[in-house]
Amino acid sequence: MAKLNVNPTRMELRRLKTRLKTATRGHKLLKDKSDEMIRRFMLYIRENKRLREEVEDELSASLKTFMLARAVSSDAVIEEAIALPSTKVQLEVSSQNIMSVDVPVFEITKGDGQELYPYSFAAVTAELDSSVASLSALLPKLLKLAEVEKTCNMLADEIERNRRRVNALEYVMIPQLEETIKYITMKLDENERGATTRLMKVKSMLQSEEN
Amino acid sequence: MREGTVAVVGDKDSVLAFKAIGVDVFPVEGEIQARETVHTLARKYSVIFVTEKVAIQAETYIKRYKSRAYPVIVPIPSAEGNMHLGLKGINANVEKAIGADVLFGKED
Repeated sequence: MAKLNVNPTRMELRRLKTRLKTATRGHKLLKDKSDEMIRRFMLYIRENKRLREEVEDELSASLKTFMLARAVSSDAVIEEAIALPSTKVQLEVSSQNIMSVDVPVFEITKGDGQELYPYSFAAVTAELDSSVASLSALLPKLLKLAEVEKTCNMLADEIERNRRRVNALEYVMIPQLEETIKYITMKLDENERGATTRLMKVKSMLQSEEN
Repeated sequence: MREGTVAVVGDKDSVLAFKAIGVDVFPVEGEIQARETVHTLARKYSVIFVTEKVAIQAETYIKRYKSRAYPVIVPIPSAEGNMHLGLKGINANVEKAIGADVLFGKED
């Protein structure tokens, strides 16, 4: 590993030692963060998988009923029946901070408790009723899925980014600093030894002159 | 703050059902329309459900919003059938985060 290009002075040594301390501490913190993020991620991803499977099954079922309803009545009747929906899904959106990642959170504020069917029962078949009812019941789950899936996406991104940071510190920054510190220490020691021998030499020369 | 509205984009057969429950629906046909619709809706809606077909067609736009909190773009199966795009996405996330396929390898 290449050492940094610095002057071998005591001041530089001190500066590098502080940097190494910070880097080691940062590395430990980031590693802990990574562990915790992965733990949370596992919880979310399991829920994501469960929700995804449930939603896909239920959604396919209700879309199938809807197709059936469309097959039974004419297109015009269906389109007229649902042309003006009586409810409107309104969400309250906010965000939550999970391990310094801003993830979306939403709550259904409007759309519940009102008349669900926007048409008169006389005109359409029962298939449409059941498909609308099941789809409407599925909506909270769909939104939950959206929330969880986005959380997983963002957490996965953040975990990857964090891992890069940890690796950069562990395999580049810290070895580089250590190497440079070692280099400076050795250089300084060498200088000191040089100075000592010089002094000893001078002293012996002076002594031989006296005699 | 972005409005808390929900949109569904997809082929007409799949999205029409959502209209009845009070979600804004945008039937699209063809790749160009799909892309443009997703692009414009992303600024207005906070949650966008797209059918898997549209998700593939508008992939470049959807990727752009992946790392942001809003809008949330979620692929759903259409009336035509399930391509398991969502599960693949989950799998990709696991691999990205953990580095190995721990979730599906163990349970399948």
